[in-house]
Amino acid sequence: MSSNVITVPVGQTEARPWVDQLHQWLTTVDHKRLGILYIVSALLFLAVGGVEALIIRIQLMHSHNNFVSPAVFNQMFTMHGTTMIFFVAMPVLFGFANYLVPLMIGARDMAFPRLNAFSFWLSFLGALLLYFSFFGGSGLYGAGSAPDVGWWSYAPLGARAFSPGHSSDYWTLALLVSGFGSIGTAINIIATILCLRCPGMKISRMPLLVWMNLVMAGMVLIAITPLSAAQIMLLIDRYLGGHFFDTQAGGSAVLWMHFFWIFGHPEVYVLIIPCFAFMSEIIPVFSRKPIFGYPVMVAATVCIAFVSMSVWAHHMFTIGMNSYANSFFTLTTMAVGIPTGIKIFNWIGTMWGGRIQFQTPMLFSIAFLFQFLIAGLTGIMMAASPFDWQLSLSYFVVAHFHYVIVGGILFALFAAFYYWYPKMTGRMMSERLGKWHFWLFLIGFHLTFDVMHFPGILGMPRRIYTYEPGRGWDTLNLIISIGAFIQAIAILVFLANLIISYFKGARAGNDPWDAWTLEWSTSSPPPAYNFATVPTVASRRPLWDLKHPEDPDSRYE
Amino acid sequence: MLQMKSSTLRPLAQTIVLLFWFTRPLWAIEPDGSTAQGTNIFAPASTPAKSIADLSVFVLIITGIIFVVVFALLVYAIVKFRARTRDVGREPAQVYGSTQIELAWTIIPILIVVVLFLATARVIHAIQDAPEPAGAVDVTVIGHQYWWEFRYPRLGIVTANELHIPVSDPDHPTPTFLQLLSVDTDHSFWVPELAGKTDLIPNHPNRMWMDPQRTGVFVGQCAQYCGIQHAKMLLRVSVDGPEDFAAWVHSQQKSAVEDSAVIAGRRVFERNACMNCHAVGGTPADGRFGPDLTHLMSRATIAAGAAQNTHDNLLLWIQNPSAIKPGSLMPAMKLSDADLDAVVSYMETLH
Repeated sequence: MSSNVITVPVGQTEARPWVDQLHQWLTTVDHKRLGILYIVSALLFLAVGGVEALIIRIQLMHSHNNFVSPAVFNQMFTMHGTTMIFFVAMPVLFGFANYLVPLMIGARDMAFPRLNAFSFWLSFLGALLLYFSFFGGSGLYGAGSAPDVGWWSYAPLGARAFSPGHSSDYWTLALLVSGFGSIGTAINIIATILCLRCPGMKISRMPLLVWMNLVMAGMVLIAITPLSAAQIMLLIDRYLGGHFFDTQAGGSAVLWMHFFWIFGHPEVYVLIIPCFAFMSEIIPVFSRKPIFGYPVMVAATVCIAFVSMSVWAHHMFTIGMNSYANSFFTLTTMAVGIPTGIKIFNWIGTMWGGRIQFQTPMLFSIAFLFQFLIAGLTGIMMAASPFDWQLSLSYFVVAHFHYVIVGGILFALFAAFYYWYPKMTGRMMSERLGKWHFWLFLIGFHLTFDVMHFPGILGMPRRIYTYEPGRGWDTLNLIISIGAFIQAIAILVFLANLIISYFKGARAGNDPWDAWTLEWSTSSPPPAYNFATVPTVASRRPLWDLKHPEDPDSRYE
Repeated sequence: MLQMKSSTLRPLAQTIVLLFWFTRPLWAIEPDGSTAQGTNIFAPASTPAKSIADLSVFVLIITGIIFVVVFALLVYAIVKFRARTRDVGREPAQVYGSTQIELAWTIIPILIVVVLFLATARVIHAIQDAPEPAGAVDVTVIGHQYWWEFRYPRLGIVTANELHIPVSDPDHPTPTFLQLLSVDTDHSFWVPELAGKTDLIPNHPNRMWMDPQRTGVFVGQCAQYCGIQHAKMLLRVSVDGPEDFAAWVHSQQKSAVEDSAVIAGRRVFERNACMNCHAVGGTPADGRFGPDLTHLMSRATIAAGAAQNTHDNLLLWIQNPSAIKPGSLMPAMKLSDADLDAVVSYMETLH
């Protein structure tokens, strides 16, 4: 690799009329701009889904509370779940993948730029369709209603007999449309990684972030397909007189469950594997060491992808499968813990013997390791299906998957924001606000989700809008709700940091973290064409080789 | 090995459960100072719940050990290998990996998974494949939006929301086997201290069993989201001693009391829509959509546990169900005051 890749681009966004700029953003096919659009739309819906969560938490603060009606409460948890999974977590991760993958493999854009734009706008349209239900959900009755059937819409609750009007239709269409967008992006990521790597970047030299996004995209293709099929079948049931899931006409409720969870479980890994990817880039840089066991990390990721395709029915331990099926899914679910454990060990191995620096991205990464460990272990508890017969559908499960999604995915995302924000904007995020954000969010998170395990152990089911006094749930729920508000304040600090730093942050320069992957070799933000000269690499850490010509990685690989 | 595990772990399990129980004042303080009714999965009163609790404690111990070890490694790494000012500008030794170490932390987790799986599979088999003994009581549980129908096919009893089952003496077990059905959406039968939960799914009959070893009322509720009033689909299981259970069966097998003093109320009941949905044994009322009212007054609660079975609550429930349970499928009957009083008087004779 030669040094001429570090090119200062010509300024190209001089003051233009805002209409012109808006038009550029709306019609862009640039992977970086689309990545930012994904991320910004996800932040928007993060705020909306967060408000829904706060409404849920106010209602549950004490027994027999009347803050919202049962109908509104049921809409809130349905919309919260659907929004956070489909319109926050997936888009924000696709956004980072879109932004980072071409830069990290030395490409100038994604393989199919226009498909990329099409996919983003489909996903965004899906989100708008879902939220339009608040106005148009019941059809022509004048008042709308959001879907209230839970984010997995179990049959036959989603059938017309139990979900009249159009609220469920908006839910179905939103998932169908955004699902097509996800498939488009997945195809694009796979094609980009397979075809557009710069000279010298063999498959075995790709950064782990690229590897893991390749695996994630493959899983999206497999997981989203049955979900889309099931949505089409549900539409046939609702409008063309089909009986796939219509139990009153002999359809099968269990069939829907299988369709949903063979999407739903791989989906968890679709979300967490890109977060493993962030960790695998951030932890080495802040430990000042290469990732420990690169080939093992790749193998473990592929292994997780395979095994996670055969664990879906652990969401269905209570539906009355026979003892052989329950045993099988217990075994596969526990087995997925092995490659996951290997990853945690490898990250600790990376830190071992390093010189760990505690800037905000690393703080969030360390919290991720700690929380993901606990989330994995409560997962092992529920993999033991008899234990799950007690814990399933209780607040213990809610605590467990929020530990994964908030404690794992969201913490990893915050690390990624603090780490790559300088590349995306050219400005550093404030470390002082970052520390406030980190500690407030950490305290709020643990107050809410550590405590949330206990009502589950004490028999509190999920999705109830109120509960009887005298069950021992009151005090715990109050603490959980207080924690939720602390998290909300932390999120406001984070959003403030994003905005203030954009205008007032210190200049980042090309490579503020002294990192090793290709995106740090170009300017911040990168020019539209990314690299003036397509780089050539000789190892997994091209910038290490450049900075340490006396001892390059290429000598050892 | 697994046999030994169960016998050596039981005292440990009991210790942990006791610890959990003794710290209750710390986490179970109620605003009104009342004591919590038990729905604790670690206070089992029946064999399935007990074997689940024992397995759970075993899993908790293993995962607890893993947590302590990995957490200690993580903390050690953070403290020991933190960057110090004297290191500025120097990079640490670049280590790329180690096959031996990778093998170690692959094989050890595999062994742990094997142990956990075998222990779990044993409990799955013991609970799910238990044969039904001759003395067992059969109950068909039918889930409705948002109440429970209980039918005892061999005893000819139909009741709702409050299940009565006999206590089971370990020497002469009289377990209760539930067949679980649903007429509308998915529900889940969950009384944590008696057994794990099992769903009631239309077109998909399920089975579960319990053999409670102490008498008393055990509470629980529907655990699978079933619609707008999922929250108020509560469950009460009364575990009766042998004589009490026999007496209860005897009283439930009788037809409804006929009391000429409340004939006006009965007319109101049969003239209005009440009898379309509700049954009263021995009268023309044989509706199946709502709970059977033949022995309404033998139940402590109404509206699937949402309210106590009192005179005032009956009045309110018939006149305006939404005041107790908004979204319930019971319609507001809009009766005149005289009719309302009459029909409640009639209800109150249905012992």
